[in-house]
Amino acid sequence: MSQWPPIAEIAAQVKAKKLSAVDMVKQALKTIAEKSEYQAIISTLPDQALARAKAIDSSTDGGRLAGVPFIAKDNFLVYGPDTTAASNILKGFKAPYQATVIEKLESEGAICVAKANLDAFAHGASTENSDFFTTKNPHDKTRVPGGSSGGSAAAVILDMVPFALGTDTGGSTRQPASFVGCVGYKPTYGLMSRSGIVAMASSTDTVGTLAKSVEDAALVIDVMAGKDHLDATTIDREPDGYDISCQLDQGLRGKKFAVIKEYMGEGLASEVREVIDGVVKKLESAGAQVSEISLPSSPLSLAVYYIICPAEVSSNLSRYDGQRYGYSDESAKDLQESYDLSRGHGFGKENKRRIMIGTYVLSSGYYDAYYKKAQTVRTKLINEFNSAFESYDFLVGPVAPTTAFKIGANAADPLSMYLSDVMTVAANLVGIPAISIPAGKAGDLPVGVQLMARQRADRDLLGVSRSLEGILK
Amino acid sequence: MAKISRDDVLKLARLAKLSLDDAEADELANDLGEILHYVEQLQSVNVSGLNPTDQVTGLTNVMREDQIEDYGYKPEDLLKNVPRVEDNHIKVRRVL
Repeated sequence: MSQWPPIAEIAAQVKAKKLSAVDMVKQALKTIAEKSEYQAIISTLPDQALARAKAIDSSTDGGRLAGVPFIAKDNFLVYGPDTTAASNILKGFKAPYQATVIEKLESEGAICVAKANLDAFAHGASTENSDFFTTKNPHDKTRVPGGSSGGSAAAVILDMVPFALGTDTGGSTRQPASFVGCVGYKPTYGLMSRSGIVAMASSTDTVGTLAKSVEDAALVIDVMAGKDHLDATTIDREPDGYDISCQLDQGLRGKKFAVIKEYMGEGLASEVREVIDGVVKKLESAGAQVSEISLPSSPLSLAVYYIICPAEVSSNLSRYDGQRYGYSDESAKDLQESYDLSRGHGFGKENKRRIMIGTYVLSSGYYDAYYKKAQTVRTKLINEFNSAFESYDFLVGPVAPTTAFKIGANAADPLSMYLSDVMTVAANLVGIPAISIPAGKAGDLPVGVQLMARQRADRDLLGVSRSLEGILK
Repeated sequence: MAKISRDDVLKLARLAKLSLDDAEADELANDLGEILHYVEQLQSVNVSGLNPTDQVTGLTNVMREDQIEDYGYKPEDLLKNVPRVEDNHIKVRRVL
């Protein structure tokens, strides 16, 4: 049982002076301290958070998220503590401005209390690539919480805060949500501003929301969504917004779902398959039409992703040059050596691996064969998904092939770690919204079900997710 | 299978401006070979008639007025993260 009421209720009570924002912040900080053994958190910002809480308590309109504490993944720029992206190369970096979504949340009264652990620069699926420490799964400390937003996801399940922010470039919000058992939402590409978030792969980077319920997530999404002149890729919000709390439950009757055949094949753990099969049965008994669809290019999406993502990573990480900010090697004799040593010593193993692959696939001799080919197969994938959405409202499948794996199990083999993303990367490449909803357990470990919808259908996806969440509980 | 030699790795590292020690270079030669082998499955995919995608929501040439916006940041604040500063300038190691 969570210590936090629904987010809308917290805000209403704080506004009505029945709850105090200061108490909410203290409660969050206390829980963070009590649960420190899970190593979900990189830094806290108590003074700042309490000062903001006091201001909200003394104001007459605290906003739609008045006094609601939250945690941001440490790749969001937030004033106060370092913004590290869990990388040694950014140790000591102080945000000179804040991410647009942080500003939006704060303008509605939400209070950032801490920064969560991640795989350095969000490169990973377990938080094991963090340069600082590995976050432990709240259900089993010998297992990973997933990643890269593993700290944020664990923080929600450890009940530190009502919601947390992650990022989702290839599954980094949905996969940890599935591994710890919370809701994890990836919006349509461009629905939320990327300004002030440490860039990973710019053509697929999105802001992820992790919360205990779809309704909580939807309210937070509603506050963050929309165009931002600081991010030219942002798109207009839907006129009705995303807050579905006052929307009558539209139910599942008559809605057309299709299970992605390729996601249910070889490589899917049987205990995950059982949970997904169970979801399908429940959808059917709720009156939904459930079919199966084949998306023949979907098994290629991981290969497409692991060309496009490292290519964009190598470009985005070129800014870490040891001269303008971040770690700078003091022993270098000239500028060239300063670049090489600062980057060589500042980046972690997986960062270097991706920079190197990216450099390879973008180099003149290989550009057409790898990068351009991947971009063209991406088109093929987009066409297949688009044509699926001509016949179906929502696509259904697992989030990841397995439940949370043991710490260390995939650490020595980068390719096996990449396979953890095999069912999530397609949504990023196609730019569609997708969600992980807690669907059941395999032993002690949570299993999420993934729903995807057509581009810009975020409101519909949140609405149907709430209905599904209702019958899965 | 893409064979990545140690020399290939060192050449890429020079392009990417990354210093690597010997053990790292050997490990990367192996990892890159395996990863490139995996992604090579795309080579045989028929994509005739299709164009590459680099932007998924169909936006093109998003323009804005070329106007200065004052965000209120002071140069000293923005320079706080810089490793070496002199007279409000970023100082680098010798270039030549």
